[in-house]
Amino acid sequence: MQLEYIGAFNVVLGVLARFWPVWIALVLVMGASFAYKKRLGLYGQLFDSSVGIVGVGICLFWLFTAIFASTISPFNPLAQIPIMKDALPGAVEPQSGLVYLFGGDKLARDVFSRMVYGSQIVLIIAPAATGFALMVGITLGLPAGYYGGRIDTVLSFLANLVLAFPVILLFYLLVTPGIMETPIPYAMAGLFFLFPIIFFSVLSWTRYKKRPDRLYILLGLTLIIGGWVYAGLVFDADPFRIIHIDPNQLNIFVAVVFASSPGVFRIVRGLTMDIKTRDYVAAAQTRGESPWYIMLWEILPNARGPLIVDACLRIGYTTILLGTLGYFGLGLAPESPDWGTAIKDASRLLRSFIHPALPPTIALMSFVLGLNLLADSLREQSMKD
Amino acid sequence: MLSFILRRLGTMALTMLCLTMVVFFLINLDPNLKKLAISQTEMHTSAEQLENWLVNHGYRQNFFSRYGQWLGIVPKQPVTDPATGKPARRFAFCNDPVEPTFSGVLQGDFGCSTKFKTTVASKLFPALSATGILMFWVLMVMVPISLLIGILAGMREGSRTDRTLSVASIASTATPEYVSGVIFTVIFASWLGLLNGSAASASRGITFYNFTLPVMTLAIYGIGYIARMTRASMVEVMTQQYIRTARLKGLSFGSVVVKHALRNALIAPFTVIMLQFPWLLTGVVIVEVMFRYQGFGYTLVEAAGNNDIDLLLGCSLVSVFIVLITQLISDVGYAFLNPRIRVQ
Repeated sequence: MQLEYIGAFNVVLGVLARFWPVWIALVLVMGASFAYKKRLGLYGQLFDSSVGIVGVGICLFWLFTAIFASTISPFNPLAQIPIMKDALPGAVEPQSGLVYLFGGDKLARDVFSRMVYGSQIVLIIAPAATGFALMVGITLGLPAGYYGGRIDTVLSFLANLVLAFPVILLFYLLVTPGIMETPIPYAMAGLFFLFPIIFFSVLSWTRYKKRPDRLYILLGLTLIIGGWVYAGLVFDADPFRIIHIDPNQLNIFVAVVFASSPGVFRIVRGLTMDIKTRDYVAAAQTRGESPWYIMLWEILPNARGPLIVDACLRIGYTTILLGTLGYFGLGLAPESPDWGTAIKDASRLLRSFIHPALPPTIALMSFVLGLNLLADSLREQSMKD
Repeated sequence: MLSFILRRLGTMALTMLCLTMVVFFLINLDPNLKKLAISQTEMHTSAEQLENWLVNHGYRQNFFSRYGQWLGIVPKQPVTDPATGKPARRFAFCNDPVEPTFSGVLQGDFGCSTKFKTTVASKLFPALSATGILMFWVLMVMVPISLLIGILAGMREGSRTDRTLSVASIASTATPEYVSGVIFTVIFASWLGLLNGSAASASRGITFYNFTLPVMTLAIYGIGYIARMTRASMVEVMTQQYIRTARLKGLSFGSVVVKHALRNALIAPFTVIMLQFPWLLTGVVIVEVMFRYQGFGYTLVEAAGNNDIDLLLGCSLVSVFIVLITQLISDVGYAFLNPRIRVQ
């Protein structure tokens, strides 16, 4: 049976049309940001430069793509329709009359839908892993920089130890099917996921030590929400069955946090050592504030600029790491629609078909580019102050 | 200076000891050993036979004694042949000693590769030299281009050249090897047909045709990063007092850049280039797998995929060593290049 094709121009139109929820959301958010940019602080200042606008635009584009993935994609990313095997872009699927806009891959799945769904995996894991890495890095980096001495020596040695691992070797050792039979990933998850709870507890304790009415509410909230998420993620024992993570996703998550937290640690440590010589820190010390109050409420807010820039770059870097994992077939399921796995599958068949390879590569590149542009323009804005 | 280097070497040795122990532990986890036993014995062996295989090949000895044997500070014990009861070689295909001897990494014995049925040394070192050639060409391409881009961009901050080159280098840092590799292969091999999409023939002889794509792919990710660092350093130098003085005494812009700014601006990129090596290692693995080039990265993936314990240990040792030695060189080199820094 012969497949029908639509022309290249119609493919472009079709792709633009499929993304309609994204365009509406983009116009709304960007328009509102433009209108109120004076009142939006650092975020509003991004709209003063073209680089910043492009960066925010690309990041929001992928964010909305991930949110509206089920509306945008015409097909199920895992569904195989045998007749569409290796179909070229623009092939019409005979039964539903819908179009394989970017063609079909070797397992007859829609490349376009897989690209759209792939954004979900990246946009969930990359920012979350970066967030945890930030928590770990900040909680350990602040005391290392502030106290110095033996704590600093030990923590820096450990951080350098992890940094001396080539990332790829780390992943080959930590993300294997074998290691899931051992308690190692769960122990590491148990350790890393403690840090946010510790961080927020100390944060509220130091601030409201003298005001028990506020303190008990905040501490209680932190412990209940933190404990709930912790139970769900580490032990997969969420009593309400809302928070759940696959064992292999947990493994990836832990490995990525492990690989990127020493970097955050080094940056926070350096910033702390710089900021602790300032006058306002000396003033706080003279007032008799506790060391942790000074670290969390005097030093950390003043280190936020470089940390935000680093977080943006780090989300991009984590995206690249996830792609690397997918490319080597580590951790993620073989049929998973994430971009790295798609690139791996397509790159083996480049000699015969090139169309399944291009959408995931361009998607990954554009998302990381957006984040890098965002980081660059944030850096320029924070330098102006 | 000498005591500084010695202290750094001491820390380095300690780091390597810790790292190899961690790697040794992770590679010898029980599931990995079981998979090794399954792949090394015939099909359909019972759990008991697998366990026997592991015991017979010495994998069930105490962890620390095995680590000591691998390192070479505990004498390596030959295994006993279950049939004859006499001491025998662990693996027939490599020359393990039959009597207890100190034979570990410290003595230069890296062990046996179970996947390639040979000694690790005879597999690892040819692979390393193949990767060395690749690295050489990558550096030859990457360093001059990135320095040039960085200097041109940083010469006049905020100019149109600066903006264009900055966006281009940001774009290149957003392109990991597996992305640029695919895109370059599509453009240069599939569409234009100029270059070969596989470097498998490069181990017999390097030609422009089969080696350009891997080198390009590997270089492009680093170029952006080094160029941005060079630009930042150049921008900083161009705001210094002595540059203004040189301009005021009537020197041309070109000669100020070449004679006064360049030397000072190139100190920071030196560190960055040295610290690029660990990143290049990951890139090497991706590129060698993608273009089927039989080098170090290819060996590492083969070793990891087949639970080849000794070979993977050898690979980790080499890569950790490269990371640590480049860190050391960058620190020492920085102190040499920058007269303002004096090491106590």
